[in-house]
Amino acid sequence: MPEVPQGPEIEGPAPTSARAIVWTRRRTAMSAFLRRFARSRSGMFGLFILVFFVLVALTAPFFFPRTVLDVTQATGQPFSPPSLEFPLGTDDSGVSVLALVCWGARISLLVGLAATVLSMFIGTTVGISAGHYRGFGGGALDRLTDWFLVIPYLPLAIVLATVLGRSLLNIIIVIGVTSWPGTARLIRAQTLSVEGRPYLERAKALGAGNVHQMTKHVLPNVMPLVLANTTLAVSISILSETTLSFLGLGDPDNVSWGSILEQGFASGAISQGAWWYLGAPGVCVVLVVLSFNLIGRAIEEILDPRGDAH
Amino acid sequence: MALLTEAGPHPSAARRSGGALSPTARYVVNRVLAAISTLVFVVLFNFFLFRVMPGDPIGLYTRGRNMDPDQIRQLRAALDKPLLQQLLEYLRNPFSQGVDSVKYHAPVWEVIGPRVGPTLLLVGTATLVATIIGVWLGIRSGWNRGGRFDKVSTSTTLVLYSMPEFWFGMIILIVFAVGIGPFPGIFPIGGLSTPGVDTSTPAGWLDVAWHLVLPVTTLAVIYLAEYSLIMRASIIEETGQDYLQTARAKGLMDRMVRKRHAVPNAMLPTMTLVFLNLGFVVGGAITIEYVFSINGLGSLTVDALSGPDVPLLQALFLLFSAAVIFANLAADLLYGYFDPRVRT
Repeated sequence: MPEVPQGPEIEGPAPTSARAIVWTRRRTAMSAFLRRFARSRSGMFGLFILVFFVLVALTAPFFFPRTVLDVTQATGQPFSPPSLEFPLGTDDSGVSVLALVCWGARISLLVGLAATVLSMFIGTTVGISAGHYRGFGGGALDRLTDWFLVIPYLPLAIVLATVLGRSLLNIIIVIGVTSWPGTARLIRAQTLSVEGRPYLERAKALGAGNVHQMTKHVLPNVMPLVLANTTLAVSISILSETTLSFLGLGDPDNVSWGSILEQGFASGAISQGAWWYLGAPGVCVVLVVLSFNLIGRAIEEILDPRGDAH
Repeated sequence: MALLTEAGPHPSAARRSGGALSPTARYVVNRVLAAISTLVFVVLFNFFLFRVMPGDPIGLYTRGRNMDPDQIRQLRAALDKPLLQQLLEYLRNPFSQGVDSVKYHAPVWEVIGPRVGPTLLLVGTATLVATIIGVWLGIRSGWNRGGRFDKVSTSTTLVLYSMPEFWFGMIILIVFAVGIGPFPGIFPIGGLSTPGVDTSTPAGWLDVAWHLVLPVTTLAVIYLAEYSLIMRASIIEETGQDYLQTARAKGLMDRMVRKRHAVPNAMLPTMTLVFLNLGFVVGGAITIEYVFSINGLGSLTVDALSGPDVPLLQALFLLFSAAVIFANLAADLLYGYFDPRVRT
């Protein structure tokens, strides 16, 4: 067993097993990261907005029972501007826009997060494999990434969504399947640089297999990059969901910010001058996307060794 | 630097094409081959996507429409042929498909043809405006990084960057075309020209320009955000370089150092991005044309969605992809021409 490295950054009793050493090191790195993040003003501002919207999404059913969204039970006048009873006005059938927007937060955030998880999974798997396996397999993955990188995003998503049909799961799949190549490219480059380091040679010399090398040695090293990329990718996923739903390719049974905009546009909210109806869901999209962008940039700035990326 | 490595030739591809060619020729050949391979992939993808789906393909082609039984029989006969034969026929003319647009009852390319002009006009004007303003903003804020101008423009661009472009378009329409409260709207609410106006006369051009103001502003504002962020980053990248120090040491004024030395070098990544971005501009054009009721390829795409008109959708997807692939190739070749480092 190797000697336990005793640095000033490790606190408490000396860890004894290899696993404990690894976890102590990770905890130390994590708390240093959190301290630096807390100092980033724009990052904390983004986090604040995000927490607010997550709370709205989680508590929406308590404030607005599902029946409020039912057009047959709408209590307001169509297209009425903001008032005390309807703080954000009403839509084309008299439903409170505030209730719509709060319920929409659930689907928009859910689709944004789920699609990003899928996209990150594909992107990381393809990226690490493409970097690890040289030769034909890696080359084929490189080409596949290149192809998907070049194909225009929205037309591809439209074609896929049309073929798959409209449902919550399908829109997640469509966004996940179309948005992974950027991540794959990034992870591949990072994998190549990690694989050049001596400790990987050591692992290979000790007989580590391909899967062991990729999951135990490469993956932990590309993880920080994956996380920074994830926050930025969520914002793209949410924008995509909004666009696809606006084009009528979203889940027909649930309200999302994009489907509110679709409904508003189709019902003539523009010529009615109903700025509250179209404005509210859009402002929500902008705020949430902005919050993910701010958080992502803050993380990137912390992780970037040069420290002056932006 | 990230852009630079991305644009570089693929190492294994470089090895494949042998050593007889000069580095420049090899670079060009590699880029052209890559573009062709992408095009082939898109064509095959397009062909198989609509055939591997479960269920009756005829249903997908004709969903929600009354069809002549004769027509359906024809379609079925076409789809009952061996897959390889279908593929060969498709490759001979990907745009015909042997099947007309379901909605317009005409060959797809005849439906698409007249729609190209409006889209090119919209996207071209918007890209031009966005590039000029975006680059100018990026230079100014990057050169005096951390100053007040930088802070304001960076936070503004970040907000713009977070906007769905069609939403911004709708808000602009409400404010400037419909009007809020006491403020009347002055701009037209949609379309590319007033009905009845002859667009081939100078007065007609003015009318078209007047109609273009709002949609072009919308697209340009969204894209200039991205261009200015990139331009700013590449200006910042250049500010630390030694050659700028040398230029200053010669006694050159700050303005000249920026104009003559920093900007030309920083332009390269931005120009590449302008081309690479065309794919996203195309996406933006789809929703913007829909919102502003401009009869271009974008509206046609949205039109093809209801139904859906699968043959038309396939042809449009192929057209969009081909356009972006060529734009990418152009960007790569330009990059190689202006920056010799990527050719080696």
